Formats: sequence, structure tokens, C-alpha cells
Amino acid sequence: MSWGFLRDLLSGVNKYSTGIGRIWIAVVFIFRLLVYVAAAEDIWKHEHDEFECNIKQPGCENVCFDHFFPVSHIRLWALQLIMVSTPSLLVVFHVAYQENREKRHNQKLYKSAGERDGGLLCTYLVSLILKTGFEIVFLVLFYKLYNGFKVPRLVKCDIRPCPNTVDCYISKPTEKMIFLYFLVATSCLCIVLNLSELSYLIFKYFIKRYLKRYIKKHQ
Amino acid sequence: MDWGALHTILGGVNKHSTSIGKIWLTVLFIFRIMILVVAAERVWGDEQHDFVCNTLQPGCKNVCYDHFFPISHIRLWALQLIFVSTPALLVAMHVAYRRHEKKRQFRKGDQKCEYKDIEEIRRQRFRIEGSLWWTYTSSIFFRLVFEAVFMYAFYFMYDGFRMPRLMKCNAWPCPNTVDCFVSRPTEKTVFTIFMIAVSSICILLNVAELCYLLTKFFLRKSKKAGNNKHHSNHENKEETKQNEMNELISDSCQNTVIGFTS
Repeated sequence: MSWGFLRDLLSGVNKYSTGIGRIWIAVVFIFRLLVYVAAAEDIWKHEHDEFECNIKQPGCENVCFDHFFPVSHIRLWALQLIMVSTPSLLVVFHVAYQENREKRHNQKLYKSAGERDGGLLCTYLVSLILKTGFEIVFLVLFYKLYNGFKVPRLVKCDIRPCPNTVDCYISKPTEKMIFLYFLVATSCLCIVLNLSELSYLIFKYFIKRYLKRYIKKHQ
Repeated sequence: MDWGALHTILGGVNKHSTSIGKIWLTVLFIFRIMILVVAAERVWGDEQHDFVCNTLQPGCKNVCYDHFFPISHIRLWALQLIFVSTPALLVAMHVAYRRHEKKRQFRKGDQKCEYKDIEEIRRQRFRIEGSLWWTYTSSIFFRLVFEAVFMYAFYFMYDGFRMPRLMKCNAWPCPNTVDCFVSRPTEKTVFTIFMIAVSSICILLNVAELCYLLTKFFLRKSKKAGNNKHHSNHENKEETKQNEMNELISDSCQNTVIGFTS
């Protein structure tokens, strides 16, 4: 079980997406997933080993690391990627459910394609709202947990068993900061794509309804 | 998700590229991505662990390492490769969009559609002309820009392409100017120069491809102008009429809304 599973899932959703949805999938694959696997993971690999405090007191380093990094950046990043991709499953389930029902009853359940598409459209819109929601939640979580997106070189720690305020040094802070900013930028780009897709679909739906009503009136 | 997936995505673009484009893609995968994964990652694998400073002061090593390597070579190369491969996706998306339109035309039973079945549409290779030419040329332009930007960033960040053996560091909390020793500097220099050389080859290939496309474009334009001037016979009138009709059809196909209403 690895990122390949997520990749297969998103490829499956590609079929039912709009053009903007496909751009979103490409951005997630290339600028988030690939960057995570190919570059970011290695930066945080030995973060605990390379976290150094100016003290010999056993346990002090562990306690300070745990205090400043309750959940590591890289784990939050991975969780964000998983949560943001999961709403697309709703669309896949909906399509599978419809096809299953049609097979079981051996007939077309909906009188028109429009009615069926209406249900799928609802599911798609819900998945878009959930995706955007998760993105925003994780960005806020990052901001709140780490006081912004900066990674300092030095943190001062005075938790027991540290005997006084000790200096602790984080490894590769600049590189971590660069990749955090990259993560935030791609997150924001994905939020913008989701919101544009949402407005586009809602706008199209209302135009279609208005046109139908207009045609019916004149018939 | 790894470099193999990128290979699958870009492999599809290969069919619609020019010969120079195909050479560029091969150079990218064999001399850059493969070298990065198979060799370079091992060379830089132990970089902070084996970065040693002549001091026992805790924290000095971390701070000095961060000062001299704000972003590791390996990560910069990975980002460069990702950014340089991305413009080819524009071409892939454009081709996919055209295929989608042709499939819809075919399904509607359009007489103008000249394909026998869906499989032929899937296998068809589009010529680089019209709007695809513009997409393809813009993708090459963006590739060039990204390559140049990353090469400059490298040069700027590391003061050239050499990896020194010894660096002198006096950032706090180092008590004074300490000597810090980089691990495997010669091997790292060799790989850096290799990657820069291959980058330059890729830049040259892109420039050559750009010139080739521009030359073809201007030749085609002058041929058309020449044809319109000197040959005003019935056959050409029919040809231009057919071209206009084809343009009208393709325009109307492109204006149709895709998505849930299809």
C-alpha cells in the first residue's frame, strides 16, 4: 500500500471530471505528490536525529523535540494529500452504485440522462466543497501549530528534565521552509482551481435551467 | 507516485513530438532522471551526517550546514526536472482535448469525420500545426525559461559549480571561525558538472527545436502566400473552400461545452 494506490484512485476519477478537474488532478500528481515523494520526504528523514540541544541532560532533547513538533510537517503534508484526494471517491462510489442498480433491475432507472446527471452533479459539487474545506483546514492547522510557515534555526526550550532554558537547533531549517512555502503555494492553487470549477458548474447549471424554462414557455 | 509515473505521462507526449523533441525526452530520462535516481541520490545521501565541523559546540554543525546549503543540490535538481517536464503536459492536454472532440464527432455520426472507429482516433498522431503548434512552441519556450532559471539559481546559490572541501563558518553558536568539511566534495563536483552539462545540452536541443518549428512555420506561410498569388485555378478554390469548411467545423466543435451536458 503506497502512493500508487492514490494515483490509481485519482486516475479513475479523471474520466468523470471537467477540464478544470483534470488540471487539478495534474497539479496534485506532479506538484504535490511527486515533489513529496521525490524531494520533500528526504529532507525530514532524519529530523529527530539531527535535532541537537546544547545540553547533555538525557531526555531533554526528546522532550524538546516533542514539544516543538507535535506532528511533523511531513506527516501533516501526507495527511493533507490523502484527505484532499479522498472526496473524489464519492464520485466513484456514486457511479458504481448507479451502474449496480441499473444492472440489478435490468433497466434504465432514470427517464432522461439529465436526471441522472443531476445526481452525479450534486455528488461532484459536494466532493469539490469537501476538497476545498480540507485544504483550508490543513493550511490553518499548519499555521496554528507552527506559528506561521517559518522554520527557525534555533528554538529555546525549558521543559523538564531540561535544567534551564537550553538552545536547540533544528536541522535544515531553510530547506524545510522553502518546501513549506511550496506546499502552501500549491495548496492555494488547488483551492483556486476548486473554487473556479465550483462556480463554473453552478453557473452552467443555472444557465441550463433558465434556457429550459425559456424554451418551455415559448412552446 | 515516482519518476516512473512521470515517464508514463510524458511517454504519451512522445508520439506527437518532433524528432528533436524525442531526443530531448530521451536525454531527460536517461541522462538526468536516471542518473539522479541511480547515482546522485547516493552521493548526497549522507550529506548532513558526514558534514563535520571542527568544534564540539552543539548546534554549530546544524547552523553551518544550513548556512552553506540552504537547499540541497539533489532537491534543486529534482525540482528542476519536475518543472522542466511540466510544459510537455500542456501538449498532452491539448492532444487529449482534440481526441475528445474527434471522438464526440465520431459518436454523433458526423459524415465529415474521416475515422473508421474509436481505436483509430486513439492511435492517431496529430500533426503539429494550427493551435497545437502554438501550444507546442509555448511549452518549449517555458522549458527554456525554467532550465535557465534553475541553472542561474544554482550558480547564484553555490558561487559556481565547484564543491569546496573546506568551508569556514562563524555563525552563532559557533564560538569562533570553525573549519567545516564537506563529505565527498570531488564526487559531488563531478556530478554537478555532469548535470550542468546535460542541462546545457537540453537547452541547445530546445533552442534547435524552437528554430526548426519557427522555420517550418514561416516556410509554410510563404508557400501558402505563393500558392494564393500564382495559382488561382479551380482546384485551389475548392481546396480553400474545403479548408474554410474544416475550420468552421473545428471551431464549432471547440465551442461546444464539455462535461456533464455531453
